[in-house]
Amino acid sequence: MLKIVLDGQEVMTAEGATLLEAARAAGIEIPTICWHPATTANGLCRLCVVEVEGMRLLQPACIVRVAEGMKVQTRSERVIRARRTILEMLASSVDLSDSPEIRALMQEYHASAERFPGAKRRDVPLKDDNPMYVRDYAKCVLCWRCVQVCAEDAQYTYAINFSGRGYETEIGTFFDAPMPATTCVFCGQCVGVCPTGALKPKREFLLEQGLKPEEIVTRSSGRKQRRENR
Amino acid sequence: MSEINLPALRNAISPYLPLGRSGLLPALHAAQAVCGWIPPEAAAEVARLLNVPLAEVHGVIEFYSLFYNEPVGRRITRVCTDVACALKGGDALLNGLCAQHGIRPGQTTLDGAVTIESAPCLGMCDLAPAVLTVDDGRWTVGDGKLRPRSPIYGLNRLLTARCGRGRQTTLAEYGGYEALRKALRMTPEQVVAEIKASGLVGRGGAAFPTGVKWEGAAKAEGSPKYVVCNTDESEPGTFKDRVLLMDDPHSVLEGMLIAGYAIGAARGYFYVRGEYAYMLPVLQAVFDSARKAGLLGENILNSGFSFEVEIRLGAGAYICGEETALFESIEGKRGFPRIKPPFPTTHGLFGKPTVINNVETMCNVPLILKMGAQAYRQIGTEKSTGPKLFCVSGDVARPGVYEVPFGVTLRELLAMAGGTDGGTEKETEKQIQAILFGGAAGTFATAEHLDVRLTFEDLRAAGLSLGSGVVMVFDHSRDLRKVLTKLGHFFAHESCGKCYPCQMGTQRQLEILERLAEGKSLPGDRERLQDVGWTMTDASLCGLGQTAASAVLSAMKLGLV
Repeated sequence: MLKIVLDGQEVMTAEGATLLEAARAAGIEIPTICWHPATTANGLCRLCVVEVEGMRLLQPACIVRVAEGMKVQTRSERVIRARRTILEMLASSVDLSDSPEIRALMQEYHASAERFPGAKRRDVPLKDDNPMYVRDYAKCVLCWRCVQVCAEDAQYTYAINFSGRGYETEIGTFFDAPMPATTCVFCGQCVGVCPTGALKPKREFLLEQGLKPEEIVTRSSGRKQRRENR
Repeated sequence: MSEINLPALRNAISPYLPLGRSGLLPALHAAQAVCGWIPPEAAAEVARLLNVPLAEVHGVIEFYSLFYNEPVGRRITRVCTDVACALKGGDALLNGLCAQHGIRPGQTTLDGAVTIESAPCLGMCDLAPAVLTVDDGRWTVGDGKLRPRSPIYGLNRLLTARCGRGRQTTLAEYGGYEALRKALRMTPEQVVAEIKASGLVGRGGAAFPTGVKWEGAAKAEGSPKYVVCNTDESEPGTFKDRVLLMDDPHSVLEGMLIAGYAIGAARGYFYVRGEYAYMLPVLQAVFDSARKAGLLGENILNSGFSFEVEIRLGAGAYICGEETALFESIEGKRGFPRIKPPFPTTHGLFGKPTVINNVETMCNVPLILKMGAQAYRQIGTEKSTGPKLFCVSGDVARPGVYEVPFGVTLRELLAMAGGTDGGTEKETEKQIQAILFGGAAGTFATAEHLDVRLTFEDLRAAGLSLGSGVVMVFDHSRDLRKVLTKLGHFFAHESCGKCYPCQMGTQRQLEILERLAEGKSLPGDRERLQDVGWTMTDASLCGLGQTAASAVLSAMKLGLV
């Protein structure tokens, strides 16, 4: 165990823990978007940034490990400005209607969804190309989790990667092939880790469109038709 | 579906098969050379032969600007429309060329002969406006020349002693690698100690002490170790590395060999930005002549030290100048920067201890060994030792590379450059509206800074950054709001998209700057610009995002906009 100071409060914490783990163990909530217990932390949403004494820039709590005597501010003015601005930029880029957690964070940080008038949004048409799930990248926050679980973090299927770069980045398949034409095995792991409803089970999507359960018919049960043994 | 010549494609890719995933960029370059672009069938063949997932091959093609996933002209002309070239009519040149062919920028003529694009900084600000053409695989600059000119001026000619002849220095002219011979008579620890004693710090922009870096890699556990020469010079306004490599490549190679010996590495990489493809024959000739003379390869100069070098060509991504993104690129991936720590000295290329130095830094190494650290320290100031190359461009009479000792003032440097176009020293002072220091990622200065001495310590005290040595001058005829929009566009185009602050911040910054330039600013835009800028600076994952607002914030602070 070692001792760190979180928001002025001395905390004993396990060696090797990240600041995020140490804070959560101490009951201090640090917000995250890209972080997920099942995926490799990439420190890319930067919502978990904190101020560490002696470091010039804000540090991602999901990555930085505790060290003896470390002094950390999880809600300093700089931290709050960064979190609020990131959330405001996100709301100006992406459809967050299916992201209640992120909208709750926006309230908490007094982030305005209208902060950036005239901002170019990542409005892209929904992709409905397979019977299992739909892809609505207008809701995608580029957390990378789906790409990670499709690759080395879980499935080793490598059906998806990135198209474009920078603000124009989008999750994509090989030359935009429809999902059934890729290596996708429809394991559903990407849908399971998507934090914003950009990936959604087809059935859930159809129900939201107003279809009744009995109207949603699957073409095949997938079971082998056996001849009755007479 | 397009017809592709599979045997030719396989033949072109075959040299890279032993490299595995790391051969992806070279293989894609080869595929593009065969097909003119990268059709899905060619990409799939590359994926199959290198055993890389299709989606990841797609991701790599999509990341790099110089890879095309749709047909383009047999001739591609790229016109630089970035800051320095824009001052010299880059946009008009681009539009004029497009009009001649009846197309718009980014389009291809109907007969498939010509594509014309606007390009981010091509590293030829001294020759603005810059044009780079590739015609069926043959690279030319300007109106069809095989290499750019190299205007060189200044007070010193130590680093540039053999530059400016209009051709590369031959091995016979360069000499017998005396510095390497001297190093090989020393222990590796002594070489590291000598570099540390020289006070040399990196010339790529971050100014990290080179000797400390070498020591870290030398002492790091793990093998093999690597040396990488960062030849991804793409900071708008920077062109010194181009001059050094085109004119005096042996000096860069010698520095790299010495680094290899000092840290115990047997392999080095030159990562050359894709837009410097015309350098490849120069580098290859240098390697060949060095190898023939026993200066490269097995058992160099019978010392028992062996070293091999490999060239890797980038494919249009400024971010790959960031050291960890550069490693990713060599490894055949999208150029996403990694989180630091761990640092390259312990976990660099292929996860192994790596020294990565800028071209100019490498060139200082033989100089230090030849002169001795103590004599080298006599150049410059106590804290900023040695000679320094400045890339002077914009509204000056003589743009070019200027070699000076650290410590000359900005006023002296601009006087050497002939002042603002045709102006006397007094007139120059009046004509200067602003000076961009350190590149797009740098800071603005004004005429009030003319007496600042050009050293790391003086510039820092003045709130300026030396960066990669950019000094870009804007006279009062220039609209700085347009300049800022160019900078904003550059970062939005070059952000890798990994971390949120930079991915979205560069776009939001550009939108606000565009409004500003058009005189359509909204109430609250200054605060928005500051919030976005501070957030990028404070919370971005890598140096690109951390400096993407630097020039904008400095211009606001100085009241320039």
